[in-house]
Amino acid sequence: MDFGDSPEEARFRTRLREWLKTNDPGLPASSTDDAYWAGQARWHRSLYDAGFFGLSWPKEIGGQGLPSVYEVIVDEELAEAGTPPRPSLGYLVQGILEHASDDIKQRFLPGIVNGRDRWCQGFSEPDAGSDLASLRTRAERNGDDYVINGRKIWTSYSDDADWCFLLARTDPAVAKHRGLSVFAVPMRQPGIEQRPLKMINGITKEFGEVLFDGARVPAANMIGKPGEGWALAMTIVSHEREPGELGYVARYKKVVKELTRRVRSEPSRFGSEQIRDLGWAIVEAEMLRLHVCRRLSDRLDGISHGPGGSVDKLLMTYAEQAVGHAALAIGGAAHDGGDDTGLKVYLYSRAQSVMGGTSQIQRNLVARRILGMPAS
Amino acid sequence: MDVRLSPEQQALRDSAARVVDVLGPRTVRQLEDPERAAKLDAAVAAAGWREVRTAVDDGSPCASAVEAAIVGEELGRGLADTAFLGPTLAAELRRLAGAPASTSIETVALVPGLGALAAADVGQLREAAVAIDAAGSRSALVLAPAREGYGVAEVRLSALPIRVDLTRTSVALGTQVAVAALDGQARPLGDQDLERWTALGLAMACADLVGAMRGAVELTREYATVRRQFGVSVGSFQAVQHMLADAFVAMEGSHSVTLHAAWAVDALPPRDALAAAALAKAYCARAARSVCETAIQVHGGIGNTWECLAHVYLRRVLLSSDVLGGAGPSLARVLEHHGIGGTHANACGPEARRRSGESSAARSEHGTGAI
Repeated sequence: MDFGDSPEEARFRTRLREWLKTNDPGLPASSTDDAYWAGQARWHRSLYDAGFFGLSWPKEIGGQGLPSVYEVIVDEELAEAGTPPRPSLGYLVQGILEHASDDIKQRFLPGIVNGRDRWCQGFSEPDAGSDLASLRTRAERNGDDYVINGRKIWTSYSDDADWCFLLARTDPAVAKHRGLSVFAVPMRQPGIEQRPLKMINGITKEFGEVLFDGARVPAANMIGKPGEGWALAMTIVSHEREPGELGYVARYKKVVKELTRRVRSEPSRFGSEQIRDLGWAIVEAEMLRLHVCRRLSDRLDGISHGPGGSVDKLLMTYAEQAVGHAALAIGGAAHDGGDDTGLKVYLYSRAQSVMGGTSQIQRNLVARRILGMPAS
Repeated sequence: MDVRLSPEQQALRDSAARVVDVLGPRTVRQLEDPERAAKLDAAVAAAGWREVRTAVDDGSPCASAVEAAIVGEELGRGLADTAFLGPTLAAELRRLAGAPASTSIETVALVPGLGALAAADVGQLREAAVAIDAAGSRSALVLAPAREGYGVAEVRLSALPIRVDLTRTSVALGTQVAVAALDGQARPLGDQDLERWTALGLAMACADLVGAMRGAVELTREYATVRRQFGVSVGSFQAVQHMLADAFVAMEGSHSVTLHAAWAVDALPPRDALAAAALAKAYCARAARSVCETAIQVHGGIGNTWECLAHVYLRRVLLSSDVLGGAGPSLARVLEHHGIGGTHANACGPEARRRSGESSAARSEHGTGAI
């Protein structure tokens, strides 16, 4: 049991730390500013090209085949340097690795990992949020293609995406969980319209709505088998819930560090309640870092796609929202028209208990799948 | 980095689990069974678990704080009514002072709010004190004045045991009690020794809290499945399921911070070890109270009766939370480590402890936060 670096890990950490000294893109926190999303693709490629992204993924797809604990080192050093977090798309990679054919893996994974191709994830629909399996977007076979009609919403990164990881209904005749399939759909085509959604903190580049009106996708772009969509989606969301895949620890630590700096520079401006909120944010962010260490160490025994992701998602949500509360407490709501970063961090944090499955859905999963409590 | 338990550590955990599962109290009534308690005590003694922090030849401990935490977590889970935390902390104090290991069970005495180790002036205690986890102990260690740093002194325990925590006894000490310097001290204790010692105490208290949370969640899960109302098991109601899920998640987060705190005791510089332990304690103390309150709530009317084990968990948690500082003082320590607030919360010597005790009372009124 050792939280310390091995000699190789220490060398890697030093190399990364040196690189970050001259390669910080100087972007704002991802949750507060459209400028982040404008520069995110470049940050991804820059990290990848320097050998600091995709560390634990297989070499065949552009990864480095290292133990997953290296991702913790990256998160820690990015946080320490105050740079943006690593891009969060590990869940797509895990889903494709687990379910797709070799052809699909070879065609799509290298571009996802190296950041040359931008992806969004088309799951939720206006009438299919928590009840995802009731989704209605149709994909109908037409020659060598499928033709897609329907509407996806709350789609992250859709405005910038080259590809959509689309969950659609291919067989309306069978039970709702069984008639779904996944496709890699090219976004830049006439049958697709993308509309940005403005989030409650004002950012417009992260969240979108995607309309499919006769869009086409080659049948060869189906990921997994026909009807395997639900299983694939569940693999994806189980990883989407893991802070180890998302790298959000760095984002939380960056905010906490900035808030701490502000309080230290002007301690008399802040009362005990504000300082207490900051204290809990420090505790929660560090808890999440240590929890990720534990989870990624467990992966040395092999990757599992179990319900533990729901536990992680809830812990991540508490951390993000504790950090959000501290940002509001220390930064204030900017009623005077001043710096509203704290307000934006706070408002964005409310999404964490909804995205990737609400906290209520996560609690259902923990109670049923982990604690084995009886169905109602 | 690899924070999985080694095979030896897993075996240690399994053997501690077996001992409490067989010999620990399974009902409140069994707490009054002296024969069972004596068997548990004998099994813990035979395993040598109270000696994990005694010194080997080079002065380092027999086993790391991780091993101590592994045993402590299982004893907490099984509500073990035998001494472990107190004797382990006493052994650590002797080790740090270079004094020979004790030949009989002894514990430590803390200031009345339990926020720090008690101190003596020449010949008598500086203020009233409480010997914790005192079952089987005839004496307790406290800090003593020394020409440089601190020494260690022992006080005899003669008063009747107090049982707020029904599984671990305390003994109240008045200032008149006689204090004698401990024989064979090779060196005085410095501030860094006290930081290291405090880090160990906090980490072990966290391990006990994690174990208690695990036990309380399991007790409650089982009850919610068996108890029927409206013709169905109450565990099938979403409101109840979500309470249990939150309790489980709080326990998991606590487990992660506690592993790190236990590792840090022997692996990091004393100041950082103390910061890691304080962070874990803030998290675990807040979580554990909330988890035990859930246990009582889900047990309903039965949960509010003496016969239900839920309050035994809560009482155990209240003691472990207070040992060396609960959520409030621990949070103050975390903040101070980040350069914010309280000028003395992080010091562990006698001068500091009064002030940290006061800030604990002020801060702990603020409720439970996110969990």
